[in-house]
Amino acid sequence: MLNLNGLKKSFPQPGGGRLPVLEIPHFSIQPGEQSVLIGRSGGGKTTLLHLIAGLTTPDEGSIRVGDIELTQLSEAGRDRYRAAMLGYVFQTFNLLPGFTALENVRLGMSFASGRHDLGRAHELLARVGLADRADYRPSQLSVGQQQRVAIARALSSKPKLLLADEPTANVDPASQQQVIDLIRETCRDEQIALLLVTHTMEVADQFERVENLADLNLAYQAVAGATAS
Amino acid sequence: MNILQIAWRNFQQRSLASVLTTISLALGVALTVAVLSVYGIVSDAFERNASVGYNLVVGPKGSPLQLTLNSVYYLSQPIENLPYTQYMEFMSKEQRAEQVAMYGGDPELGTRDGNYSAYVRGGFAIPLALGDYFGQFRVVGTTPDFFKKLQYGLDLDKPFEFTDGRAIEHHSEEYGYFEAVLGSRVAEEMKVGVGDEFFPTHGDPTGEGHELGFTIVGVMKPTGTPNDRVAIVNLEGFYLMGGHAKPIKDEDLSEAERAALAETSADKLKPLTIRQREVTSILVRTGNPLFGPQIQNVINEGIYAQAAAPILEITKLMNLIVAPLLTALMVITVITCIVAAVGILVSIYNSMNDRRRDIAVMRALGARRDTVTSVILVESLLIAFIGGFSGWLLAHAGIWLAGGYIEAQTGIRPGIFTTSPYELIILPLVLGLAALAGLLPAAAAYRTDVTANLNA
Repeated sequence: MLNLNGLKKSFPQPGGGRLPVLEIPHFSIQPGEQSVLIGRSGGGKTTLLHLIAGLTTPDEGSIRVGDIELTQLSEAGRDRYRAAMLGYVFQTFNLLPGFTALENVRLGMSFASGRHDLGRAHELLARVGLADRADYRPSQLSVGQQQRVAIARALSSKPKLLLADEPTANVDPASQQQVIDLIRETCRDEQIALLLVTHTMEVADQFERVENLADLNLAYQAVAGATAS
Repeated sequence: MNILQIAWRNFQQRSLASVLTTISLALGVALTVAVLSVYGIVSDAFERNASVGYNLVVGPKGSPLQLTLNSVYYLSQPIENLPYTQYMEFMSKEQRAEQVAMYGGDPELGTRDGNYSAYVRGGFAIPLALGDYFGQFRVVGTTPDFFKKLQYGLDLDKPFEFTDGRAIEHHSEEYGYFEAVLGSRVAEEMKVGVGDEFFPTHGDPTGEGHELGFTIVGVMKPTGTPNDRVAIVNLEGFYLMGGHAKPIKDEDLSEAERAALAETSADKLKPLTIRQREVTSILVRTGNPLFGPQIQNVINEGIYAQAAAPILEITKLMNLIVAPLLTALMVITVITCIVAAVGILVSIYNSMNDRRRDIAVMRALGARRDTVTSVILVESLLIAFIGGFSGWLLAHAGIWLAGGYIEAQTGIRPGIFTTSPYELIILPLVLGLAALAGLLPAAAAYRTDVTANLNA
């Protein structure tokens, strides 16, 4: 489902030159597979998700999602790819404050052609336990409820791949497990491949496949090695 | 959700700023539409009333525009008066002889055709005498021909009709020479009707009242012309009011005139002699329209009178005064629309910092750059449309409410959706400028850095 090969990403530094943040020789996820990625803050986890989402482009390497080679796509092509194939759950939920819960979910299917399925939006809200909160605005929902709306939104366009960036980081401990269970069950039911990023071992330990970005990322290793020596 | 729904949600989300911007736009548009609309009504009224069923107005030497204004629109002050004999120049020999026999005057007058009689054969010449008021309304002395020969309307095919009563007669059993017909507005405002008597005041609305009064024998249906705002009285009765007879020197009179004058002086209700009579102006329709310029030249070359073509005078007035006014109004309109558009720009642009995260989220969900750009543009157009349309409605509601006043001033009562052609440009102009105003914030939306704003 997802294949990364020879992926490199660096950012310009204020003093000149570029700072390598990612160098991943190879990484892949199979269709429907659920994988968790752990790593320290600043380790490049969010940058990796942005690359896979097509929000930014690599310096080198290949990102293939299904049959699509992202590095060959134009910006508009990557927009279409996100709208049609990708779900994204953000650490800070990123719900639009002026929209109701239902509208936020519908927004997730607004940018892909032929996917304006109001019934699915209601169904997803019911699935995350918020059928009776459809007309509530984010500010009228608890933090845990907001994250559940964000999950429903990420799933609304029937993606093939779901990226979840620290989905429990801003959720109260009581709701953390509910959020993880919800994501995993839904992905399993809809055969969606999942790449979940976390720095919480309690979360990571629940997954069969756990990858440490520090092991995958040669750029991180180089920086760590230089610091150690 | 489509772009319009998303833009509407954005409008609602920033409801205070959006509503305030919309209100300021609506007020600007309302002001402009009201001014342009009233301008349109007034200029239409002037143009339509310039087409009056006669092609010349003859009066004393002076300003042809002033002559037109006071004889056609009953505005401005009359220039002076013409001797009645000037009016008789439009009559045939027989008619002139009849006048001499009826009123008394120099028998020589009836021995020839009037100098202009050939030009008006098949047409008419109707005398007007102005100078008195009934309340704030002008009193116009004229002959029954005013109702028999004048018609109004776009095709000049509508005779004057009466909601009550009839036209004046030359002399009636009941009221003698003292009959009056009121325009619809006069009857309404003065709260009088058929059978009532009124006493005109001399010279101006607050002037001294005459001793003799006129009995109202008819009230005209509304015509949308200045005739709605006048009291039309019998010319003979008008002459008999105190101070209306022209003072004459005895040594100028012939024997016949002297005898007629003595008879008139003895009976205060006997018509004045020809020499005592004056007219303010004469409404002339030539028998053939082609005679118009010809007779105009002949009259203007004479020493007493001038002839003015009302349509020409009004066109000149329009070109000299009203056209620059229209230009000024159009400039004000454009400036108002630009100010409104800048208001939209400022309102949306100031909110762009708050929107960047929303835009980044939409982009992360798959929205293309041109989609988020369109959302901003549509929001700008929404404000322009709501503000523009509300302003247009507000202006027309205002005009409708002020309809009575406008009718009193122009003779036209505008309906709530009576539109002037000038105002039709406003909504497209506002929408066009709003689209331009939306371009700057839309460009900012287009350039929004998605990754930098996602976790902001």
